[in-house]
Amino acid sequence: MDTLAKQEPVVGQRPIGRLELFLGFAEMGLFGFGGVATIARHVIVEKRRWMSEHDYAAILGVGQILPGGNIINMTVMLGDRFQGLAGSAIALGGLMLMPIAILLGLTTIYEVYSSNPDVKAATIGAGAAAAGLVIGMGLKMGYNLSLSWLHIAFAVTIFIAAAVLRVPFVLSIVILAPLCIAATWWSTRK
Amino acid sequence: MSDDALVLKLAMTFGALSLVSVGGAPAMMPEIHRITVEATGWLTNAEFARDFAISQTAPGPNFMMISLVGWRVAGFAGLVAATLAAVVPSSILAIIVGRLYTRFSLMAWFPLVKSALPPLVLGLIVASGVVTARAAVSGVLGFGIVMASASFVALSRRNPLFAIAGGAAAGILAGRLGLI
Repeated sequence: MDTLAKQEPVVGQRPIGRLELFLGFAEMGLFGFGGVATIARHVIVEKRRWMSEHDYAAILGVGQILPGGNIINMTVMLGDRFQGLAGSAIALGGLMLMPIAILLGLTTIYEVYSSNPDVKAATIGAGAAAAGLVIGMGLKMGYNLSLSWLHIAFAVTIFIAAAVLRVPFVLSIVILAPLCIAATWWSTRK
Repeated sequence: MSDDALVLKLAMTFGALSLVSVGGAPAMMPEIHRITVEATGWLTNAEFARDFAISQTAPGPNFMMISLVGWRVAGFAGLVAATLAAVVPSSILAIIVGRLYTRFSLMAWFPLVKSALPPLVLGLIVASGVVTARAAVSGVLGFGIVMASASFVALSRRNPLFAIAGGAAAGILAGRLGLI
């Protein structure tokens, strides 16, 4: 194709068809237990070699600062890059269709057996563990980020707003995000 | 409320959230709890905790809790409405930014925003865990499972599903012993 021939040859980049796009993202959705981030990097960079590590990190970084899940954002940006708007829809469909079907299957199975006391007890235990996972993930993230005192103060403030005071999310993010950006700028200015 | 009105309310609620959901689904859990349990009464605390556990067990992106809430509130139409509302607005923004991203990433404010947002996301994620834990457990045993599971993730690199399986096993054991 003309348009493809005109593109600069970039390492780790070749035309990605719609079927491959769908199958690749379906693979990430289906095997992405406990979040998709780990498997997504593996499939995109190592297994299918759609893009280089550097390009992938850049696109994930942009996805992270935008609203919405960073994996969802990365998925639509990648789909758009390879196959335009249709590619975004195809990639997103690939990522989500099977997991949603599995989720509904699990819910239905659960409802059939929900009167069983063992299932009830297991659900309470699993719910507690799932909550603990999120706390642990947050703490690990905080450790890995090695935050400044300023940033720790912002993390604690939004934690109190969300978990203790139950301030609506929109309000706390609209107030705290600009403040945190301004304070970060002020503390790092030269 | 009629089903149509419910579907519309789901779409508007999650659609509005989509454009401000910095940090994605894990950071949004306190807000989803506030909306579904406190503001609308769509779910009880126990149902919220159960749905959160089920959605963590399934593979796929972790915002699917929102799909499940849609399903609980208004069936299949609710599932489709909640899912699309949560995904489409932020995706449109992502596509626009994606097309401009080489320009964006060279701008001076980009690294600034990139370093200023993680602390907020982090605070929201820990808040998610605490809010969900409060919905899920009561008593010393539940607290113990939360702490054990948090330590497991914080200190090891193993698959988090082990912690959920361990929590379920501890729950069954406690149930058999008459502790819960």
